[in-house]
Amino acid sequence: MASAGALDAKSLVLPDPLPLDSGQRLETVRVAYETYGELADDKGNAILVFHALSGDQHVASVHPITGKPGWWDRMVGPGKPIDTRRYHIICANVVGGCMGSTGPASDGPDGKPWAMRFPVITIRDMVRAQVALLDALGIAKLHAVVGGSMGGMLALSLAANFPDRAKRVLAIATTARHSAQNIAFHEVGRQAIMADPNWEGGDYYAHGKGPEKGLAVARMAAHITYLSEAGLTDKFGRRLQDRAAKSFGFDADFQVESYLRHQGIAFSDRFDANAYLYITRAMDYFDLAEEHGGRLADAFAGATARFCLVSFDTDWLYPTAESRHVVHALNAVAAPVSFVELSAPYGHDSFLLDVPALDRVVKGFLE
Amino acid sequence: MSLRADLAVIAAHVAPGARVLDVGCGEGELMEVLQREKGCDARGMEIDPEAVERCVARGLSVVQGDADRDLADYPDDAFDCAILSQTLQTAARPDQLLDELLRIGRRAFVSFPNFAYWRMRFSLLAHGRMPVTRHLPVSWYETQNIHHVTVEDFRELLRAKGVTIEQSWFFTGEREIGGTSANWRAEHAVFQLSR
Repeated sequence: MASAGALDAKSLVLPDPLPLDSGQRLETVRVAYETYGELADDKGNAILVFHALSGDQHVASVHPITGKPGWWDRMVGPGKPIDTRRYHIICANVVGGCMGSTGPASDGPDGKPWAMRFPVITIRDMVRAQVALLDALGIAKLHAVVGGSMGGMLALSLAANFPDRAKRVLAIATTARHSAQNIAFHEVGRQAIMADPNWEGGDYYAHGKGPEKGLAVARMAAHITYLSEAGLTDKFGRRLQDRAAKSFGFDADFQVESYLRHQGIAFSDRFDANAYLYITRAMDYFDLAEEHGGRLADAFAGATARFCLVSFDTDWLYPTAESRHVVHALNAVAAPVSFVELSAPYGHDSFLLDVPALDRVVKGFLE
Repeated sequence: MSLRADLAVIAAHVAPGARVLDVGCGEGELMEVLQREKGCDARGMEIDPEAVERCVARGLSVVQGDADRDLADYPDDAFDCAILSQTLQTAARPDQLLDELLRIGRRAFVSFPNFAYWRMRFSLLAHGRMPVTRHLPVSWYETQNIHHVTVEDFRELLRAKGVTIEQSWFFTGEREIGGTSANWRAEHAVFQLSR
């Protein structure tokens, strides 16, 4: 099947300042986004797709830096489960990101990069910015919001905080709060970045050289959490990389080492280290129940959308119990909810990979 | 699409517009009829992920779950009516499952195959082996039906729990029969219960 043709790279400056959960506000916010498929005359066929931590607005269009297909090219496109022949798909870079939306690498009010002066943002702040984007685009009610991983958190946050903005909420491989283990892994990544001497307290933009090594280590650690043990064993086992015997040194002897190093380097070529700090912080701060008085069901008290949650049996980052926790809360407020745990070998990353059952659930739920 | 006999009688007796939970809803045949023909707000629970997937694709709200464990996630009085069709005999604790049905629903419909049906009795008497029939088609070692039950056993359980039988229906195959000597004559049964 063909890829969706994205229209020209788009962005707009929000008409109003963005109030933040921290109490601060961003006076000027640019939101970069892509759209695919025609918007119907009644504007009723729009689907907002939220990207995950390392993703961006190029959900189904060639990435301008890597030249690779969009991160969900298998799901979004003509004739695909999120069908660009039927729906108008919008995907925006989150605030705090580094692909054109305002973030720590953007220029602050004094014309210099924000760096660590950028205010700490939350998942709800990211949602506020995208709701403001919808307002600017004149879209009052979405056919659906869809997201996996952090994208699923954004989808749940939109459902809780802007319950009249979406008819359907599809949250895949996600959670309503970051666990101690989730926070712990993110902290490892952040410390790797901040321990890199090139980080310079975040003020590396003028040097032409940032904390690429620290960011690469952060990505390596995180990448392990996206895979299952069985998946890693299946893909790499203990096989050696381009050599017949162990080197008795610290080269990447094993294929899995070589793979992780490659993942780390490739990521640091396209991602801003400070953006990684800010986005992981937003995810760690996420606790949808806490925002609503401590009871998750209260977060969904005003929900009118239909919900669908999907988990994967090999995902140990956001395991099935986390999705069930959300389903429990939705049941408590009698919201129409579907939930299925799909079997797939790839761990958390299953939501991005070839899982035909996911395609069927997504397509069916959006009907 | 024509529903199985026990589902048809349940569909006919669920109040229009009721909030319904179909426990063990399979691919959602009954839920679809209840929504389309009776304007019910129907929800489902089903253990088989492929069946859940098909329900979601049909636009039904179905949660993958195990009736033995996951009904605890629903609040008291969440539904007007809870339905358990041909699933009671698969439960780890059918008595506790019945309690759960009547906790989350004011009313319950329960259907099950009657192990005291005369063909079962005859088969057991004549052959001395666990019967394999059209309603219980699988050998003893691989059947999901781990708690075989008779009409009389079920009535006794209801008496012990003080559960009210509002109505009951009995069938051989797809044909409804009267309630006389149902414990002998009925191949399967449907009970409408309330607290």
